[in-house]
Amino acid sequence: MSDMSYVRSEMLPERAPPASQIGFVGWIRANLFNGVGNSILTILSLIFLWYILSALLPWIFAPTWNSGSLNECREIFGADGGHGAACWGVIRERWVQLLFGFYPEAERWRPIVGFGLLFVALIPVLFNMISRRMNWVLLLAVLGLAGLYLGGALGIIAGLLLLGAAGFVGFKAFTTSKEDRAAEIESGAKRLPNPFIFSAIYPFIAPWLLWGGSIWLPVGAALGFVVGYFAYRFLAPVVGSLAGLIIAVLAALIWWLLLMAPMVDQLDALFTIGEGPGAENLLALEPVESRNFGGFMLSITIGVVAIACSLPIGVVLALGRQSDLLIVKALCVGFIEFIRGVPLITLLFVASTLLNIFLPPGTNFDIILRVLIMVTLFAAAYMAEVVRGGLAALPKGQYEAADALGLDYWKAQRLIIMPQALKISIPGIVSTFIGVFKDTVLVSIIGLLDPLGLSNAIRADQDWNGVVWELYGFIAFMFFVFCFSMSRYSMYLERRLRTDHS
Amino acid sequence: MKRTVFFGALTVASIAAGASAAATLDDVKARGKLNCGVTTGLVGFAAPDANGKWEGFDVDFCRAVAAAVLGDANAVEFVPTTGKTRFTALASGEVDMLARNTTWTLSRDVDLKFDFIGVNYYDGQGFLVSKEMGVSSAKDLDGATVCIQTGTTTELNLADFFRANNISYEPVPIETNAEGQQQYLAGACDTYTTDASGLAATRATFENPSDHVVLPEIISKEPLGPLVRHGDNEWGDIVRWTLNALISAEELGITSANIGELSAAAGDNPEINRMLGTEGNLGEMLGLDADWAKRAIMAGGNYGEVFAKNIGESTPIALARGLNAQWKDGGLIYSPPFR
Repeated sequence: MSDMSYVRSEMLPERAPPASQIGFVGWIRANLFNGVGNSILTILSLIFLWYILSALLPWIFAPTWNSGSLNECREIFGADGGHGAACWGVIRERWVQLLFGFYPEAERWRPIVGFGLLFVALIPVLFNMISRRMNWVLLLAVLGLAGLYLGGALGIIAGLLLLGAAGFVGFKAFTTSKEDRAAEIESGAKRLPNPFIFSAIYPFIAPWLLWGGSIWLPVGAALGFVVGYFAYRFLAPVVGSLAGLIIAVLAALIWWLLLMAPMVDQLDALFTIGEGPGAENLLALEPVESRNFGGFMLSITIGVVAIACSLPIGVVLALGRQSDLLIVKALCVGFIEFIRGVPLITLLFVASTLLNIFLPPGTNFDIILRVLIMVTLFAAAYMAEVVRGGLAALPKGQYEAADALGLDYWKAQRLIIMPQALKISIPGIVSTFIGVFKDTVLVSIIGLLDPLGLSNAIRADQDWNGVVWELYGFIAFMFFVFCFSMSRYSMYLERRLRTDHS
Repeated sequence: MKRTVFFGALTVASIAAGASAAATLDDVKARGKLNCGVTTGLVGFAAPDANGKWEGFDVDFCRAVAAAVLGDANAVEFVPTTGKTRFTALASGEVDMLARNTTWTLSRDVDLKFDFIGVNYYDGQGFLVSKEMGVSSAKDLDGATVCIQTGTTTELNLADFFRANNISYEPVPIETNAEGQQQYLAGACDTYTTDASGLAATRATFENPSDHVVLPEIISKEPLGPLVRHGDNEWGDIVRWTLNALISAEELGITSANIGELSAAAGDNPEINRMLGTEGNLGEMLGLDADWAKRAIMAGGNYGEVFAKNIGESTPIALARGLNAQWKDGGLIYSPPFR
């Protein structure tokens, strides 16, 4: 071997990249000062940011949290020698009101529990089944915390038991790996029930928690769906699917309209102790009137109901609009075009004032329910068009492929068309959701005290008359939190469902 | 127990027992609550406090009626109404009465089929200007920019006033009072015009209220009063005489402090005796018991006390009695006799 080798026999050791190309400096060079134009823009942006923040931050970080009125705030600024700082005392005094409206203080645990359970119910729907057991842990934990919060011997015992159960299931879930668990199930271990069961029950629990009253009402309402389901199940093979569907709907309606009220009364009587006004129903929550709903609780209630109901209705409308059945198509087109042609505020006025005049005097048709129906219909019409966009984007071959496989209409929609069409429509659907959620503030115009309506009412307090930006800022911040989460979720969903492998 | 409405109404609007328009008193008694329409928020007149309890000049009148009819000043459901929903709320029976700083006009009384049962506050449209302008009369406002709420009678009054005085102005349209305050303070307009009580409340919120003045001209008549539906005169009588009782109480020197003493036994003044039920049967004529007026006055005090507590000179709004003084003090507040 000569030592005059001119061919390298080993690789040069890797050297660290130059300091100017990596880390913080590298990032800044690449992203902020990449050329003269970019540098100028960066500097201008920084000056602009400085200009905004130097005015905004002192305003936000004002030591006014404990003030009791606008004038006290002004005294605090006066002591500081500065002017125009935020008066946060109004938020400290009124944030509970901005969240719950006039909901009775002793009952506020109910909307909180309802909100917590909402997530428990949504998680299996929204996320790819985080794991059956973790979902039950979540449910047990929420219920356990509610029990502890309620206090009393019974509440604490129940709460501790539930939390204990949550801890036990959680511990097992953490200690057994996925494969071990799969093997256990294989060898006949019992699985926990599907969390979708709770998601299906939730729509009946939530109104009971919010409005209170007898538990048999939601039970009765849920039984209506059961009646309809069994009617369809047993009649569809005999009389055909369309006739079966119609009969099932009729059966459910008959249950709700005629049979449910006597059943509820009977069961209430069974569980009521005592007579007359002092009677106590064991399985009833203190009823809360709609008029006491307010603040973000009202916005979220309207928003969640409208969002949850508008998607299925919208899908049905979109399918109806593409249907070959003339009457169905005409009805759907007419509905969509009518609702889209009318501003939401008009529909709300119809709900709040016109219906009052048309309905017989003394009719008690809950105002929030009227608003819920109107907002849902409004959102559904928009949703239908968004979904129709998704349907239109599907190649015709997909429909033909579904037909070629011999799937019937509903199966084709469920297995082939809708999963693709809805995936395409996700950005549009979520935009509509966000829009609907923000539109809920329009109810302040018909006298419901949503956050914006409350801000007006709060300003009518002599202590806080003149406070504007703090209230609007707080409300805007809360709305931003909700809307931003929805938007992030939609991006997560798009990533998860991406199938183009690019 | 009132059944929760949600599920019942999910399938069908639950039809409550036939509430005919003609028996509001019976409805209120059966319900055990008075549904009183108030504004969604106006400084001094109606606003919820941090605990959700409503307070204000109009609110206290609702409480007085509830005390007279039901014996409990807190047996009131306050229904917040906006300028757009208030009349349908009353007409449809959603509320039993409206105490919502509503101006008594012919068309509202006649065409909308309501009964104004009296006037509890005489208001009028005024102008707020900054002292720096050096204006002492609204007639000097030639060429001024004026912040004005759109779609209100104040807009029409403003046009009438400037035309009658042959001077010009430039309107700056605003939507709400809060916007008006901001625009005026930001200098978007030279003067802000709305009801004088509202101007006083607005001025009270400024950092330096003394830099601003309300000009002496009042360019419109705004008699604000509670109202009820046409056609139920018995109910209208109750509301009307509750207001009159509060007014008479001030005139006769009955206050929440001395009412216990005065109502304990018949005294020297026969009118006080008749009003407080120690003599005669006025309560019975109204379909109430003998103590009705006593309870109404005890709810929040007489008219003067209610005024002083909510909008009077000791409050930040600091409204002088002015037109709203008793007739014997040179104002317009006057009650027919209790006889």
